[in-house]
Amino acid sequence: MGGSTSSIMIWGYTAKHGLKILFLGILCAVSVYVFVFLIGKGLYVPAVMPLIGSGLISYIFLSEKRYPIRWLIPGLLFLAVMVVYPIGYTFVSSFTNVGTGHMLSKDQAIDHFLERSYTPDNAVAYNYTAFADTSGDLALILEGADQMILYVDGRATDIARSDPRLVDEDSDGTPDRFGNYSRLTIPETVQRLSVIEDYRIQYKDTIIGLESLTKFRTRSSQYSYDPDSETMTDLRTGMVYTAWEGIFTAPDGEEIYPGYKVGVGPRNFVKLLTNPQISGPFAKVFLWTFIYATLTVLLNFALGLFTAILLNDPFLRFRTVYRVLAVVPYALPAFITILVWRGMLNVHFGVINDIFLALFGSGARIPWLQNAMWAKISVLLVNLWLGYPYMMLISLGALQSIPGSLYEAARVDGATWWQRFWTITLPLLLMPLAPLLIGAFAFNFNNFTLIYLLTEGGPAIAGASTPAGATDILISYTYNLAFAGERGNQLGLAAAVSVLIFLIVATISAVNFRMTGTLEELSKNV
Amino acid sequence: MYSRHTLLGSVWRHGIVLLLCAFSVFPALWIASASFNATNNMQLQQLIPPKPSFTHYRELFMSERYQYGRWLFNSLKISLLTSALTVIMAGLGAYAFSRFRFKGRRVGLLSLLLIQMFPQMLAIVAIFLLILSLGDIFPWAGLNTHTGLILVYLGGAMGFNTWLMKGYFDTIPRSLEESAKVDGATPFQAFYLIILPLARPILATIFVLSFITAYSELFIAMILLRSNSQFTLAVGMNLLISNRYDNRWGMFAAGALIAAIPFLIVFVIAQRSLVSGLTRGSVKG
Repeated sequence: MGGSTSSIMIWGYTAKHGLKILFLGILCAVSVYVFVFLIGKGLYVPAVMPLIGSGLISYIFLSEKRYPIRWLIPGLLFLAVMVVYPIGYTFVSSFTNVGTGHMLSKDQAIDHFLERSYTPDNAVAYNYTAFADTSGDLALILEGADQMILYVDGRATDIARSDPRLVDEDSDGTPDRFGNYSRLTIPETVQRLSVIEDYRIQYKDTIIGLESLTKFRTRSSQYSYDPDSETMTDLRTGMVYTAWEGIFTAPDGEEIYPGYKVGVGPRNFVKLLTNPQISGPFAKVFLWTFIYATLTVLLNFALGLFTAILLNDPFLRFRTVYRVLAVVPYALPAFITILVWRGMLNVHFGVINDIFLALFGSGARIPWLQNAMWAKISVLLVNLWLGYPYMMLISLGALQSIPGSLYEAARVDGATWWQRFWTITLPLLLMPLAPLLIGAFAFNFNNFTLIYLLTEGGPAIAGASTPAGATDILISYTYNLAFAGERGNQLGLAAAVSVLIFLIVATISAVNFRMTGTLEELSKNV
Repeated sequence: MYSRHTLLGSVWRHGIVLLLCAFSVFPALWIASASFNATNNMQLQQLIPPKPSFTHYRELFMSERYQYGRWLFNSLKISLLTSALTVIMAGLGAYAFSRFRFKGRRVGLLSLLLIQMFPQMLAIVAIFLLILSLGDIFPWAGLNTHTGLILVYLGGAMGFNTWLMKGYFDTIPRSLEESAKVDGATPFQAFYLIILPLARPILATIFVLSFITAYSELFIAMILLRSNSQFTLAVGMNLLISNRYDNRWGMFAAGALIAAIPFLIVFVIAQRSLVSGLTRGSVKG
């Protein structure tokens, strides 16, 4: 009786939660698949992650107590994998030398070398014929000068020409059948080439591998690894390479690739700050990022506020029309308008220079994007165009909140327009607008789109060993470092710059929160 | 603060404002004009094209090297999918934060804000390697796939979006769900059948904000997408104009105009719904 009650309970439970259990089952199955896949690649730590993840998710979906968290799972899952994990990884890899030539783990690099083989001087060549049976298994017959080798089921054995299993049906000298296996034509062999080329046939004390479409040849492993001394020896030349800082190096300095990832401690950060070839351009980019972000916020705010004051005037007719026109830059996608400006600022064909030529005669051709100084001015100018409408909109909003009576009182006291602006308007505006201005600073600090599309970092700074330009800001510098360097992609160094950027932006935000009491406000509302 | 204008006052005020409007509007006019100007020569362009023609528009969709039609489709597809999924995920999370009281709620909300501080683009190295590895396991979600790109974008779904939506949900009285509960509805049914229809303004707001962000996103798209047919508009348009020796100004202009249209439409919709959505759900101050 107890048995049937509990089985009814189980059935009831399954029916009610059928969909959920199905979903969890699929999730766990996929996690196991990923686990096995990654273990096969030798990545043990990443392999365990999906298992832990799906374990947690299953727990949350099966526990009544944790019901609310189920609602958060999709969003949190993506947040964890696509934001939190990359942040952590960036932080960790800033302490490594990961990059071109150092992408593999040490074990993977060692495996690479051990798999390499070369053709020794005493190599023997074999012609081969491929056979397949009805289930698709392959067998190879290799014909050397002195012997014939049969390779089937992973083993190589000698075979005599007169072996009865070899049947030559059309008497052309080559066997057409071997036991159950029949000979493959050349096109069929070519189809199987990707499998055949992986064969390493162990015969006596040599290894035989594919050399061309019709030949096999003996090969030797090129390298041997000694784990105690951590050296890789080239068996062909006898040169010994010692593992050192992520690459196997010979006593004379020669390095063999692939290298591997290795922790280098704070070396990336030290390089950024002290290595003159790197720290020089880095400092310039750092300085310009700050100057640019500050200047652009000030300029945009100035023009935006000026426009807002003009458009706030109830006596100005067509105000709404003007406002709509002024806001046009904000209503168009930046990745288009920046490129439009790039075309307009073209030295030879751009309309801006055409206008200048018409106004100021020849000689007024300005190298907008070619010259370091003019490029910086271009960046500020284009961002002014892009940003002042936003500043105008927020200023208009803030201006509404200033009571008119204050101005009346000031006018009665005889204050001039300028005095009224400085003592009433500006202070009362800065209170609500300060967080937004600081936000604009943070936004422009990392304004990759503008810099990259307008100047790609700008005219290059001469003599820098890392790609750096006159208008590069930290984020575009990071991008070029990671993906566009001629010396390969220095991902570890780029990660270090990313960490520095984060520290700066976090500090700015912390100051912003402290100054504006935002955190307390938010905590109250939570 | 303001007083009646004198004639001179009127003149200079209107004059300056007109100058500013001209400044704002000029590049848009210029590019529109270039798109209808049959010659490719930037130099010979005037504001009103002498012989308007649609050549560049035709070139745009027939070019083999610049697959504009594909780019447009890609951008729209990616932006729409990202926005829809973002609204769903942020909405589910926001409802939980708004209605349920559970351990880790306060910490969760505040840390969402904190994590936003680290722009996803700073971790590009990690994201690149992550998607690269993901492609080894699931080739349809790896480098140069739209799935991979959308997955990365969805990482940013929770964050400000959740905060905005939570604020909005907070303003909807719980009595509606209480009565639904009495009728035997599960929390999810209450959410789906009652709250969601009421929350249309904020759903629209989040949708358009996500759309605008995804549509204009350049950095991550540039890193993850590698082949011409996979590019979004942002990546592709840069390609069109960055080649120094093959400057397709006319084609670019036509493409620019077309690319701006979805953005403009969504922007106008956003203006309307933003006001109603945000004023109802905004954080005080």
